[in-house]
Amino acid sequence: MIEVGGIVALYVFMLAAVAGYEVIARVPVILHTPLMSGSNFIHGIVVVGAMVALGVAETPLEQLIGFVAVLLGAANAVGGYVVTERMLEMFKSSKKEDG
Amino acid sequence: MDLAVQLSYFAAAVLFIIGLKAMSSPVTARRGVMWAGVGMVIATVATLFHPSVEGVSNIVLIFIAIVIGGGFAWYTAIKVKMTEMPQMVAVYNGLGGGSAGAIAAVSLLQGARAADDTGVATQMGSDVAVLALLGGVIGSVAFSGSMIAWAKLDERFKKSTLVENHQWWNVGLAVLTLLLAVWVYHTGSGFPILLFFIAALALGIFITVPIGGADMPVVISLFNALTGLAVGFKGYVLGNLALIIAGTVVGAAGMLLTFLMAKAMNRSLANILFSGFGAAPAAAQSDEEGEMREVGPEDGAYMMAYADRVIIVPGYGLAVAQAQHKLWEMVELLHKHDVDVKFAIHPVAGRMPGHMNVLLAEAGVPYDMIFDMDEINEEFEGTDVVLIIGANDVVNPAAREDEASPIYGMPILNVDYAENVLVVKRGRGAGFSGVENKLFLRDNTRMVFGDAQKVVGEMVQTVKGM
Repeated sequence: MIEVGGIVALYVFMLAAVAGYEVIARVPVILHTPLMSGSNFIHGIVVVGAMVALGVAETPLEQLIGFVAVLLGAANAVGGYVVTERMLEMFKSSKKEDG
Repeated sequence: MDLAVQLSYFAAAVLFIIGLKAMSSPVTARRGVMWAGVGMVIATVATLFHPSVEGVSNIVLIFIAIVIGGGFAWYTAIKVKMTEMPQMVAVYNGLGGGSAGAIAAVSLLQGARAADDTGVATQMGSDVAVLALLGGVIGSVAFSGSMIAWAKLDERFKKSTLVENHQWWNVGLAVLTLLLAVWVYHTGSGFPILLFFIAALALGIFITVPIGGADMPVVISLFNALTGLAVGFKGYVLGNLALIIAGTVVGAAGMLLTFLMAKAMNRSLANILFSGFGAAPAAAQSDEEGEMREVGPEDGAYMMAYADRVIIVPGYGLAVAQAQHKLWEMVELLHKHDVDVKFAIHPVAGRMPGHMNVLLAEAGVPYDMIFDMDEINEEFEGTDVVLIIGANDVVNPAAREDEASPIYGMPILNVDYAENVLVVKRGRGAGFSGVENKLFLRDNTRMVFGDAQKVVGEMVQTVKGM
């Protein structure tokens, strides 16, 4: 396991925050709803953390809560993806083009 | 194998950022979400080979949880109507927050078990313990708050207060949660952890209940950002860089999106969060003289068919009546009569910024015919006919002219500068905010009363027969 020291994590945190801000800054209002849903989908990555938490669970209580964590995280990821995809699929240009 | 797992996380993080970046244009957005989806699959599969995931029974549990959670979400996501999208986004967001909260609970329980009365902090390390607690609070608040947001948008829950002196309950609960967090930090038993999560969940409910339904999209966006942040903290607790990066990117992006939305409504975030108490504005009675002039759908249709330029302003009333498909049929007919038709969308039309665009896209309206307020506001002057369907406050000139009006200062579409204005409306009453609309009394305005679906249907028949 690659150890993530405190100060390294802080750098990563800062750079990721800047990236998030820059990536979103110029999004037109037309895409705000799909974008909200899309960023919602991306924090569904929490399912990976939930899998690790359940993976190391030892007592039945830990297993139960870990199970709930994976269940909710998976629902977040799958639901977020499907609704975002459904919305974006409908956006079409009046100029006929394949894309 | 360990390196392979870490590299998969790295690939996923890169794909997420590329995917989000692609969502800044409707041309590339769909490809973007697909890339992010690929990243998600890579990260999830890699985690099955994660060195600390062990024990056959746990792996079986992981599979069962993914199948149930994912399957249920897939089913609901396929079924949901486009008009109900904002509340669905709230639900999925809440689930993510709940997951982050549950991970915090597992980590804290493990810490408590190992600590054996010497304090969670000594076992986990104080920085990790603090971040686990923070992530636990934020995730729990996002979970219960999002569920209230869903219930409000779905009109299942309308109360704006639960108890007397609601604000003090909020403050009290926040302080209680903090004290419980300190208790958890210093002991090694499960009981304070239970109380801590109950308090955090209650806090989310109490914070969200007073906020009005119209402000809810901004709050959902805020919870979205908070869930991202909680996920980032979980990444720190679990030593997982993919979680730190994805969570923080969403946290920062979500905060920015939240501020953009609040700005579009001409409100500050603090105003939305803390002023929900009895916010219904006293309906300002205007002394404007004049009366509404009514015309039938046929006359309206003739006006548009003989015009050169028409701008359509759709509102949520259009979506509720499910008239967007009929409307697009009419627009296509008008095109055959060589009428230049454009759509003008106010940033807060629909239930959520950008929601109206999704609803028009569903009806097949190409996105390059749809214009934001800033792009089109100068074009109303010189436009022959403006057709307003189910929109009220966003076209009320009082926002520009009447300093006494509760909506004064809100940016509006300048439809009153057009030659003629047609308003399709169900009845003569005031709009959603309870503010009377002087536009309806103007000389160049004609009212078409009736259900949007029926009115537009009759307009289609008239234009067809010409």
